[in-house]
Amino acid sequence: MIENNERRVISVIVVNEASVLSRITDLFSGRGYNITSLTVAPIPDSKYSRLTIVTAGSVRVIEQITKQLHKLIPILKVYEHSDLVEKEMALVKFPITENLSDISTLCNAYNGKIVNVGDNVIIAMVADEPKRVDNFLSVIKRYNPKEIVRSGSVALER
Amino acid sequence: MQISGAQMVIEALIAEGVNTVFGYPGGAIMNVYDEIYKQHGFKHILTRHEQAAIHAAEGYSKASGKVGVSIITSGPGFTNAVTGLADAYMDSVPLVVISGQVPMSLIGTDAFQEIDAVGISRPCTKHNYLVTDAKDLGRVLKEAFYIARSGRPGPVHVDIPKDVTAQIAEFDYDLDIDLETYKPHTKGNPRQIKKAMEAIAKAKRPLFYLGGGVVNSNAAYEVRDLIHRTGIPAVETLMARGVLSYDDELLISMLGMHGSYAANMAMSETDLVIGIGARFDDRVTGKLSEFAKNAGVIHVDIDPASISKLVNADYPIVGDIKNVVNEMLELSSQVHPEDYESWRETINNFDRLHPLTFHEDSDRLKPQWVIKRVGELLGDSANISTDVGQHQMWAAQFYPFTRPRQWVTSGGLGTMGFGFPAAMGVKAASPEKVSINFTGDGSILMNCQELMTAVEKKLPVINIILNNNFLGMVRQWQTLFYDKRHSETDLSVQPDFVKLSEAFGGIGYRVHTKEEFDAALKDAVEKNIVAFIEVIVERFEDVMPMVPSGGSLFNMMLLEKKEEKK
Repeated sequence: MIENNERRVISVIVVNEASVLSRITDLFSGRGYNITSLTVAPIPDSKYSRLTIVTAGSVRVIEQITKQLHKLIPILKVYEHSDLVEKEMALVKFPITENLSDISTLCNAYNGKIVNVGDNVIIAMVADEPKRVDNFLSVIKRYNPKEIVRSGSVALER
Repeated sequence: MQISGAQMVIEALIAEGVNTVFGYPGGAIMNVYDEIYKQHGFKHILTRHEQAAIHAAEGYSKASGKVGVSIITSGPGFTNAVTGLADAYMDSVPLVVISGQVPMSLIGTDAFQEIDAVGISRPCTKHNYLVTDAKDLGRVLKEAFYIARSGRPGPVHVDIPKDVTAQIAEFDYDLDIDLETYKPHTKGNPRQIKKAMEAIAKAKRPLFYLGGGVVNSNAAYEVRDLIHRTGIPAVETLMARGVLSYDDELLISMLGMHGSYAANMAMSETDLVIGIGARFDDRVTGKLSEFAKNAGVIHVDIDPASISKLVNADYPIVGDIKNVVNEMLELSSQVHPEDYESWRETINNFDRLHPLTFHEDSDRLKPQWVIKRVGELLGDSANISTDVGQHQMWAAQFYPFTRPRQWVTSGGLGTMGFGFPAAMGVKAASPEKVSINFTGDGSILMNCQELMTAVEKKLPVINIILNNNFLGMVRQWQTLFYDKRHSETDLSVQPDFVKLSEAFGGIGYRVHTKEEFDAALKDAVEKNIVAFIEVIVERFEDVMPMVPSGGSLFNMMLLEKKEEKK
């Protein structure tokens, strides 16, 4: 049964308590769902945390994921987003011998800048939509990036 | 009041009205067992294995409708119990299982009898807790009982470190449970119910498809009422046996892999499936794309995740079945039983064409005869548990069930070894009925140690072992689909079941003929002690009809037709 595996973003509000994250990741692995990326942080001034999960699946699978998530006891809300603002951050380490003004210009174009300069390397940061971060990472390949780290998405409904 | 964590466990169980607990002590749970020794509020039944303690609690729960309770120790005590937890989870059995854990200071150090119990129980429980402070224990236990019994019921596991059971803290069980994140939806949407009833009134060939949720919701008598008022025929899943009485004219039979021809054909020909508390399991639907292909689907279930999981529901109704069916009853006057006369006749013709039956054509007893005979002799006066395999399917097919909670079986997980301990739990819950466990020569050896519990605690379960010297269901598949290569299923080497039972202080019978069987069953019921009745049955009998795995319901292997011997 081949169905369209669309990329979807799901936000989950959970009670901050021990092992709540493993309840969620266990559910994904146990039922054979994918996690493309996952971010989690406490919501300020509350007993809740917010997770943003990027996943992929058919309409039916996504519906099951949201229902199964909702069944977990410490989960308050599950949103499956359609119209949203989504951002992701990436940090990239370059040799200091590369063309720094090119790199700086590219960072600017992707909502970022050079954030750290060391003796041998510089670290650049961009924060943009995941697709644009993909673009950035593909463009900067020619500057010999030594290390790349991506944050995973955070998203808010418009 | 200021009491220890162990005392809190006792106080909570008594406050919940628990009167029977099944368990097994050990190091990490000793503080609790010390308090069990001192109390008189409930009875503790010591099983001889933790798995059996959970199955017994399941049997108790299924027969009584109450939350079953089990207490076990850490490490191997807990891991032995995991099969039981998984079984209860798959069949939505409300349980509270309390396990000991190593002291907080030793957690994470690979201490003696330490295992990450909540890590293991997470995917096989409805919810679980590791209690790290005795001041939380009262609230946790109260939540555990509430979560276990509300919504779609299920097992809840509470893991308590040893030092927490010793810790003194304030205890007040008189709390209101308000879980902001857990609010089961119990009342069906009235608009959806109205639309569903209109769809029923318009349908030409509607069919009730009843599942175990009807039993869990204590809604069998409301469902009977709805079926009788509408005149719409019904099929039952394995878990729903007994919702309708066997002699109800509107009950077709069980459907699915070993369902009757008429039930499976009705499901294939219907134009509207009215699913109530059933979950469209693969053993029921066969090939999904061919299942009730031309039918609309009404699906009533308390678990939203069950709806449109496998089969898309045109009329989804999330709610407690009892509430929803009561509302459906109020709208049932628009449905006219006489409209379905020819549909009922069609189904009756299916049944006449290939009735659910068997041939008595061998020298040895037929296993189906044994089931039918117990039905004739005991009928409504017995509760029926089973293990898993051929005997389970024959019991589901041929026992004349008359009421809900008469039937206790392991459906979702299919756990061999379930039957005997479950039947002990059934007996503890319902001592006025005979507790029968239909089992096979394979299954009974898993948990046969419970003979000791049954003798000690006077739980006179009658185990009827249908002995074909095979792991019969696997043998059947090997015969049919593996070119008769009977790999590791020949159980010719066996214990002496009569002596085995006697060795524990039970009673045993070996039976070859009908007369011997009648005499043995009568004697076992009269003697009122735990019994093994070993019935030597035809070795190569297959469960028929059969929908091969992944096949369509209407493509069944059928019992060969034979002229009845005169």
